[in-house]
Amino acid sequence: MKALRFERSIPRYAAAVAAGALAPGAGAKVGPLRLKSIDPPDLPGPGWVAVRPRLAGICGSDLSTIDGKSSRYFEPIVSFPFVPGHEVVADREGTDGTDRVVLEPVLGCVTRGIDPVCDACARGDLGNCERIAFGDLEPGLQTGFCCDTGGGWSTLMVAHESQLHAVPAGWTDEAAVIVEPTACAVHGALAAGVTPADTVVVLGSGTLGLLTIAALRRYTDAGTILAVAKHPVQRELARSLGADVLVEPGEALRATRRLTGSLALGDGPIVRLTGGADVVIDCVGSEASVTEALAMVRPRGRVTMLGMPGKVQVDLTGLWQREIHLVGAYTYGTEFRAEGPRRTFDLAFELVEADDLGRLVSATYPLARYEDAIAHAANAGARGSVKIAFDLRNEKERRRA
Amino acid sequence: MPRPGFVLDVDRSTPPILFNHGETFRLEKLPPGRSRVIYPAEPLKPLEHPDAAIRHALLNPVGDSDPLPALLKPGMRLTIAFDDISLPLPPMKRPDIRQRVIEAVLDLAAAAGVDDVVLIAALALHRRMTEAELRHAVGDRVYEAFAPHGLLVNHDAEDPDNLLFIGTTDQGEEVEINKRAAESDLLVYVNINLVSMDGGWKSTATGLSSYRSLRHHHNVKTMQHSRSFMDRHASELHSSNWRMGKVLRDSGVKIFQIETTMNNNVFGTEGPMSVLQKREWDWTARDRVTFLGLQKGLDLMSSSARRSIFQAWRAPHAMTSVQAGEVEAVHEITTENTYRQHLVPVEGQTDILTMGLPYICPYNVNSIMNPILVMCLGLGYFFNLYRGRPPVREGGVLIMSHPTPWEFHPVHHPSYIDFFEQVLADTTDPLEIEARYEKQFAEDEWYRHLYRTSYAYHGVHPFYMWYWGSHAMQHLGQVIIVGGDAKAVRRLGFRPASTLQDALEIASDVVGRDATVTHLHNPPILMADVT
Repeated sequence: MKALRFERSIPRYAAAVAAGALAPGAGAKVGPLRLKSIDPPDLPGPGWVAVRPRLAGICGSDLSTIDGKSSRYFEPIVSFPFVPGHEVVADREGTDGTDRVVLEPVLGCVTRGIDPVCDACARGDLGNCERIAFGDLEPGLQTGFCCDTGGGWSTLMVAHESQLHAVPAGWTDEAAVIVEPTACAVHGALAAGVTPADTVVVLGSGTLGLLTIAALRRYTDAGTILAVAKHPVQRELARSLGADVLVEPGEALRATRRLTGSLALGDGPIVRLTGGADVVIDCVGSEASVTEALAMVRPRGRVTMLGMPGKVQVDLTGLWQREIHLVGAYTYGTEFRAEGPRRTFDLAFELVEADDLGRLVSATYPLARYEDAIAHAANAGARGSVKIAFDLRNEKERRRA
Repeated sequence: MPRPGFVLDVDRSTPPILFNHGETFRLEKLPPGRSRVIYPAEPLKPLEHPDAAIRHALLNPVGDSDPLPALLKPGMRLTIAFDDISLPLPPMKRPDIRQRVIEAVLDLAAAAGVDDVVLIAALALHRRMTEAELRHAVGDRVYEAFAPHGLLVNHDAEDPDNLLFIGTTDQGEEVEINKRAAESDLLVYVNINLVSMDGGWKSTATGLSSYRSLRHHHNVKTMQHSRSFMDRHASELHSSNWRMGKVLRDSGVKIFQIETTMNNNVFGTEGPMSVLQKREWDWTARDRVTFLGLQKGLDLMSSSARRSIFQAWRAPHAMTSVQAGEVEAVHEITTENTYRQHLVPVEGQTDILTMGLPYICPYNVNSIMNPILVMCLGLGYFFNLYRGRPPVREGGVLIMSHPTPWEFHPVHHPSYIDFFEQVLADTTDPLEIEARYEKQFAEDEWYRHLYRTSYAYHGVHPFYMWYWGSHAMQHLGQVIIVGGDAKAVRRLGFRPASTLQDALEIASDVVGRDATVTHLHNPPILMADVT
């Protein structure tokens, strides 16, 4: 079968770091990611089935990995070589469009054959599974980072039945492939602890930022949503999904000050506010965005890290002095809402349908053009795009396996 | 005998014309046969003995006023207000006219035994003046005598304890001015009347007032009905200030007005800068070499280095008249003296008006000419430098040359940044801007804090800049900026062009291919008297 595989190679990793520093996505050309013909993965155990990806999205975390920017934190919870791709809509083996499934990629206790399951999995918080490096599978926090499962950037992979969600009839593959990132956004929006009429700032209007805005509007009573969007297409989409105020990067602090009637310290360029937004959701995850989030949130406000941050250097004095809540929001699981617990994926399915989020898939590429695909994804905003995905539906290899 | 201003018809032999372009310059060929250039008058002869002239004016007031010595009594409260950093442009070489006049007034006050004296920089909603700027304006001797004791202060239009509501005009305009000035036995106002807009009742009614008062004439309606605000008798801005002046006078505020005019000697007659105020066909071979050297040197510098050099320039312009006494009588004479230097007769209007905007305007002294100020200088000040009719016809095109960087002074212009990022991103319509955003900015607590404690223009000030251009915006069919930051120019609502030729090409879509072109060769300042 054909797959893009990420292998452990120090020289290639070093080349990816250098190339990625020069141009986002350039790590794909020289780094450890290679298009290969490999053997299909074995079924790891009972409850596992083979699926054939139809579309597989390229996520920000994939790009970080390809450009060698991911934190070493992940080393013990991934296993090499792995096939990336965790945003997947696929056919069950032996079907072709008649039994489509969306993958919920987190590899919790059930997928690992661990019984009894850990406390987090027992609560339904799969993203917080305490056994992601144990059990029947090699380490891997998700499908797409585990050597045993394969990943979406291939013509065949394996998945546990518990990971699969049926795609509703009439849905496009584009809508289905956006469910996984939408679930991340829903979880992030709900983890942000928004209370009615709160002023919410969303930093970043890539796929995750846009989906977060949509989730905030549908599942919270947020007041004004201020979104930071760099590119025109992002601004248009952010507004259409529910953002009230759109600003460019570099304008967010001033805009938050205006919006909240806050003061600012000093009399030169604004470096931090005295008040600020009730909630900031950081969908970028850079050193600059974390710093900015802490500067623009009000005392006792809440900053939610939804974008993958990596290793950053941040002055936390303000967090201490202003009693800011800094929380992470990773993947999904179970959301405890007024009407009762709901699977995040179920909420995501509803949101995708309600807001027609399949429209965020801007372009697809065959595996053979993976370098172009990665480059496009790494510069999506500038090129007027949002989500870039691999299209496996017409791969010759898909029929041969 | 200085040569008067005049209009040159451009033909094939006309040399390239100098366009100011921020801290640089452009030499541009204007289309022959359909272009003309309005040149300013050469600098008028200055007063030979300015200190004696000042003393003479104080002792021989005009209008219904006693000589100053007769108004000064022991035990009285005397307040001397003076124009702020926005005048003159560029700042003048020492001694500043304000220093000369204030020292003369203080000498008379001392002689009369007046010891309760306070000096106030009448800055309205402008930024506070720094110590260095105050020292330059009033001189070190006056500064040392008053500032350490808190007797030389910047007017604070947001200090409720030091404002006094005087009354309301017959048109409902509220008059509120500096309390110390209003309650003094005598207010002496020291003006530098750079252009005909300056002075008169505008000095006190604007310079010492508050937002509550200013909003009655610093608004879109007033500016659109001022044709132009440089022509007092056709200016609604001035009519409003004159109505406020009547309220002040009727309430018993006693004002002794001192106005001074100055000549056009901006760049001097010697040195590398002198070429900038010569007419191009008068340039000698040495002038051409000097200009090329100047231009080359500037090109090699960073924009901040260029800005530092120009902002450090102290102009040799000198006083041409001084008159004192009753406000309106004084101002009539002042206006004649201003016109004597600035007015240039111009026949008929043009299709395209061109102008090269220099590095400085009233609100970026020792600061940055941000895009809003570029708009204000071009569409506000330069466009309104006319009497009669605008030099460009209704529906015509204005082409301005300026780098228009997307750059702001964060200390001086904080609310400008927000205005540019938020308001102009939304709309450039002055009426809509006024209705939707002015109050929010005017009452913003942070801007208020920075205005009062730092060196920031008031939160509402960028709105006034935009309103200043509203008459031009209403009048013109298109505005093009040559050589500007394209993104910033578009944010202003204007069209960017790389070269003058491109701009003329773009303009032809609005005014046709054989459109007439008139270039306003300013600075030095001129005012078109259009018939």
